[in-house]
Amino acid sequence: MALDRWIALILLGFCLVYGYTAWFTMDASLAPFMKRNPVWPSTFPKLLSVMGIGASLIILFGLEKNEGPKPVEIDYRRLLDYNLGQAVTLLALMVAYAICLRPVGFIISTGAFLILGSVVLGERKWHVMIPVAAIATLVVWYLVQQVLGIYLRPLPGFLGG
Amino acid sequence: MLEGILLGLQTAFSIQMLAMVIGGCLIGTFIGMLPGLGPMSIIAIMIPVAISMGDPAAAVILLAGVYYGAIFGGSTSSILLNAPGVAGTVATSFDGYPMAKQGKAGKALTIAAIASFCGGTIGAVLLMVFAPALSSVALLFHSAEYFALMVVGLSAIAAFSGAGQVAKAMIMTLLGLMLGTVGEGTMFSLPRFTMGIMDLQSGLGFVTLAMAMFALPEALFLVLKPAEAGQGQAEAIKDLRITRAEAKSIAPVIGRQSIQGFFIGVLPGAGATIASFLGYAVERNIATKEEQDQFGKGSIKGLAAPETANNAACTGSFVPLLTLGIPGSGTTAILLGALIALNVTPGPRLMIDEPQIFWAVIISMYIGNFVLLVLNLPLIPYIAKILSVPRNYLIPFILFFTLMGAYIGQNNATELLLLVAFGICATAFRFADYPLAPLLIGFILGGMLEDNFARSMQLYDGISFIWERPMTLGLLVIAVALVILPSYRARRARLRAAGVADGD
Repeated sequence: MALDRWIALILLGFCLVYGYTAWFTMDASLAPFMKRNPVWPSTFPKLLSVMGIGASLIILFGLEKNEGPKPVEIDYRRLLDYNLGQAVTLLALMVAYAICLRPVGFIISTGAFLILGSVVLGERKWHVMIPVAAIATLVVWYLVQQVLGIYLRPLPGFLGG
Repeated sequence: MLEGILLGLQTAFSIQMLAMVIGGCLIGTFIGMLPGLGPMSIIAIMIPVAISMGDPAAAVILLAGVYYGAIFGGSTSSILLNAPGVAGTVATSFDGYPMAKQGKAGKALTIAAIASFCGGTIGAVLLMVFAPALSSVALLFHSAEYFALMVVGLSAIAAFSGAGQVAKAMIMTLLGLMLGTVGEGTMFSLPRFTMGIMDLQSGLGFVTLAMAMFALPEALFLVLKPAEAGQGQAEAIKDLRITRAEAKSIAPVIGRQSIQGFFIGVLPGAGATIASFLGYAVERNIATKEEQDQFGKGSIKGLAAPETANNAACTGSFVPLLTLGIPGSGTTAILLGALIALNVTPGPRLMIDEPQIFWAVIISMYIGNFVLLVLNLPLIPYIAKILSVPRNYLIPFILFFTLMGAYIGQNNATELLLLVAFGICATAFRFADYPLAPLLIGFILGGMLEDNFARSMQLYDGISFIWERPMTLGLLVIAVALVILPSYRARRARLRAAGVADGD
């Protein structure tokens, strides 16, 4: 089974869960006076879930004929031939950044993210990497904090940031 | 209309707005040139900046400037490196790159710039004529018609998504609509589909979703497939002049493609990519025999056609956005999201309630096109140096800007985790050839669609509004026909082909 049909199967599952919530559980907390309304909070989601189930079934059973395989940018069947490790590491780095941003502070997290990101991609020129990351971090912090006026904790909490 | 134009001139010619146009065009050109980064990613990255400025007119002008700049920058990398940064400029590389290989890169860039300028400017004139007319019709619309109109828009996007793709585009639109129902709706103050998570109470952030759908997968694709990252060296660019004879031969092409491109751009779901390919095909078909042989080998007509058409289509795509409040493309959907975040609802009332925004956008289109021609063209040899920025530095920065954009929008670290999760899903969708723009359009239109639906249900105490209002019924019939027609026609063609093969 091709990837697009696997995805259709997952989407079908998603639509079923969504539909279940809309049809069966959502109206339980509805106030009695609202039940006299012609439209409930669940009305629109109910419609969507039915259409979504229909559309995902069409893809799953291949009812709509394709005009043969099209050239794609990346062939997922040969995913391991590409730089999959780098991509996954970068994603992990993004998650780490999301978790660290508040406790560790903006400046350290961002500097580390930019440097480690380059390292993951194979850069080893530390004398270029570190100044570039440092300048970029400070410039972005200044722009966001001072120009846009959005608070970003610069330093870790224990340093009084 | 005249006072509107004057008001627009007054707004657009303030120092701040001029700075926005110039800055937007320059930023757009810079980033649009990077292969792999399309206008949608660039605009998504720029949204937090635009929103935090607080002035809707300035925000739209900045984002629109970035949009034209990105298209222009995309044609530059198509011509110099054969690596289009934007789908709308793929057709540009057919003849632009051969010209550059023959050492005529400067000439190709000039033609591209002039064609873009004319396409954009003629498109803006057409916009000025058609938008007010369309919005006066749209003022007669009722919420039932609005509901039906949005359904038509969404199904047109699915229908024009190409053969074998209709169901995929439909499920993506529906998925976008479903994601749009997460959180507290405007009509009912009742949290829906939040799974008890507090951070989902206010709904998913649209900037987060835009970044996750466009910027993040593009960055990941650059990581996965480094060859695409445009490490080629642009040769020295010289001799930007074109001759009088060349100007004469491309003039009719520019005239035709401006008009054709504009009207294709107006259609929801079509947009710059289709306009540029169609423009190229049409011009090749009507060219003389010897000119036809030149196409694909460095024909100036083959370069001017897609360049004019894609810029005219960009302008055209503003018509449904500004008059009906319905975006026809991913880019205009992002612009719509930014406007809503700034408390401006585009639609027929925009011209009456906030004429300064409406007209300032239109006037800024002229200024933007002028800036691209006068400022960018001489600077191109220098800007092209960005093509040699190593990807080892570029990619971490792109990822960082997507993270920053999502964080600034909501000031919430959960948003960043959502960004990564949606980004991974979006990458999987791209692998399986599912279109992503319909998801975002569905997400942005979802709230309005449901509001109009709920309002009509309440007014008519049920779904009787569908048959009691003929215009609503008509629009909904069109919507169904749009979705069914492509598969019906494909089926008939297939049956006919099978019959020929099986029969005599």
